[in-house]
Amino acid sequence: MTAALRTRDLAVGYRTRRTRRAVLEHVNLAVHPGELVCLLGPNGIGKSTLLRTLARMQPALWGSVHLGGSDLRSITNIELARCLGVVLTERVAVEALSVRRLVELGRYPHSGWFRRITDSDRTAVEWAIDAVGARHLAERDFSRLSDGERQRVMIGRALAQEPVLLILDEPTAFLDVPSRVELIGLLRRLTRERPLAVVVSTHDLELALRTADVVWLFMPGGELVTGAPEDVVLAGNLARAFEGRQIRFHPEERSFRLVTGDRGEAVVHGAGLRARLAAAVLEREGYAVTNATAADGLVVHARETGWRVTNDHTERSGADFASLAAFLRGRRTAS
Amino acid sequence: MTKREAMTLVGLVTLLCVVFLLSLVLGSTAISLHRVLMALLGTPSDGTSAIVVRTIRLPRSVTAMLAGASLGIAGLQMQTLFRNPLADPFALGISSGASLGVALVVLSSGYGAAAAFGSATGIRGDALITAAAIVGAALVLGLVLIVSSRIVNPTTVLILGLMFGYAVSAVVTVLVGASQPERLAQWAQWGFGSFSGVTWQRLQLFGPLTFFGVLIAAATTKQLNALLLGESYARSMGLAVRRARLLTMLSASVLGAVVTAFCGPISFLGIAVPHVCRGLLSTSDHRVLVPAVVLMGSAGALFAEIVSLLPGSAGVLPLNAVTSLMGAPVVVAVLLRSRRGVVVG
Repeated sequence: MTAALRTRDLAVGYRTRRTRRAVLEHVNLAVHPGELVCLLGPNGIGKSTLLRTLARMQPALWGSVHLGGSDLRSITNIELARCLGVVLTERVAVEALSVRRLVELGRYPHSGWFRRITDSDRTAVEWAIDAVGARHLAERDFSRLSDGERQRVMIGRALAQEPVLLILDEPTAFLDVPSRVELIGLLRRLTRERPLAVVVSTHDLELALRTADVVWLFMPGGELVTGAPEDVVLAGNLARAFEGRQIRFHPEERSFRLVTGDRGEAVVHGAGLRARLAAAVLEREGYAVTNATAADGLVVHARETGWRVTNDHTERSGADFASLAAFLRGRRTAS
Repeated sequence: MTKREAMTLVGLVTLLCVVFLLSLVLGSTAISLHRVLMALLGTPSDGTSAIVVRTIRLPRSVTAMLAGASLGIAGLQMQTLFRNPLADPFALGISSGASLGVALVVLSSGYGAAAAFGSATGIRGDALITAAAIVGAALVLGLVLIVSSRIVNPTTVLILGLMFGYAVSAVVTVLVGASQPERLAQWAQWGFGSFSGVTWQRLQLFGPLTFFGVLIAAATTKQLNALLLGESYARSMGLAVRRARLLTMLSASVLGAVVTAFCGPISFLGIAVPHVCRGLLSTSDHRVLVPAVVLMGSAGALFAEIVSLLPGSAGVLPLNAVTSLMGAPVVVAVLLRSRRGVVVG
């Protein structure tokens, strides 16, 4: 299969008049049609720099980027725009423009100097509007949409370019949680429905790990780890990438939690959601929840009727988790 | 084009026709519409009114329309390019450059010599002023363009233009401070602005210059539309951003400079007309905005001219004052009406 995007010994970074400062070197990447790639890493490590270099918004320091088989340096702006659509973090401020006309702007690389809209342009625009589920928004004014709707429309505009590759730099940055999940879900659907490759940088790590086909993980020290999310998790790279902070990565749940456990160990008896929520309360209050019965640990029973703690030579119980949390906080002040 | 947009354009054409005829009818003395039409159609008739219409009012009105359309288009280009609602044709210091040229000619002690040179070579005083304004504007424009070609951020270019303008204005103020009262009067006269100074003969230069400037804008609507989303997005959609920016700044500035040179500094038309058209049409699509701005700019300039001539009286208001008094409230109203108040650049 031909790669939609391929890099050869790429180095990205900044150049001033005399110096070149690379944030990432010897990068050999390939993105295939139908793949959703999530780019992960802490802030300021160079995710945007890499994406901007892949999109030719800044030059590579060394090495090359190939898009659909041709070197980025050898193609014109128009040719590039026909292969590559871009969605950026920046909020677009445009007064008074309908969604359809905004999506129509994506036809720029396909239309002539005078921008005469042809039938094939119209077809592409309507298709793009449908693809991002913005049919009901088509006549609305773009500036009056919600942030999530706006990003969907901006993706629709990029799709109207009929690209083989879509690059998105933190498109979920301003969105609320449901919109984030929807947006990543939309990108995933797009890669499934057509041979489109998508590279997206995001801070929604857990969402990315659940959704991406491939993750590119920026490691401290300028290394880029790539692979299926599960392989990256198994190799322990995620824990390493974000280590040294007050959080710990839990591979089983593929999620981060605050480092806790300073209050000793605790065991939860019970099953189902109640048991898991009781464990969540214990963790929040600083207990390390274990499976084994600890000698001097706290034992919490989670039942249909509520919770019961049988330690400290006393027995306490309550109906809801608020009272459990209050009890645990009370123990902290007592001890 | 939606039905609303088509209707609005038709409305603007009608408005322009009405104001155009009004500008020929009204003046220090009113000439009946019948006589105006006869004069226009070339019917040999009553001598004086036909001469007044053909040699005074018609060139004045044509000048007003060309100037209004030019300033409106240039303002639209600058507002889109810089994504700033307060950008206008003079944002890059063009009018300051023109004033410097005029100030040097009118106020400096060399004026006597220049006038002598002018009369010797057959160039009249106002033609000399026009030439000076063009040279001044071109110098400032060239300087800004050279410096701005090294700058990536468009907002920086805008600020650069403003700073150039301030610096040049300061030089002009120094010249004004040091000059003699009788020369100040002539200087002030130019600063008032007027469409009356452009005769048929001078229209032969003014007409084509402004026409081609507007034509460039009309031919680049696609590029202007791409710029609506900002330069990064425009580039990602295949626009050669630097070239488009240079072409847009050049055509807008030349339009501003030419109008300033021939008619004096005319404020607010360039800012107000694009805002009014956006408000009327509820769209930022340049395929509709460009024709609307041409029509509205022409009508607005004609209207300002009619008001400044105080129909029925011998007095005249400074044109610049009329456009400011008309334009400022319009800009305020448009900005207050828009949801966010100010478009974020």
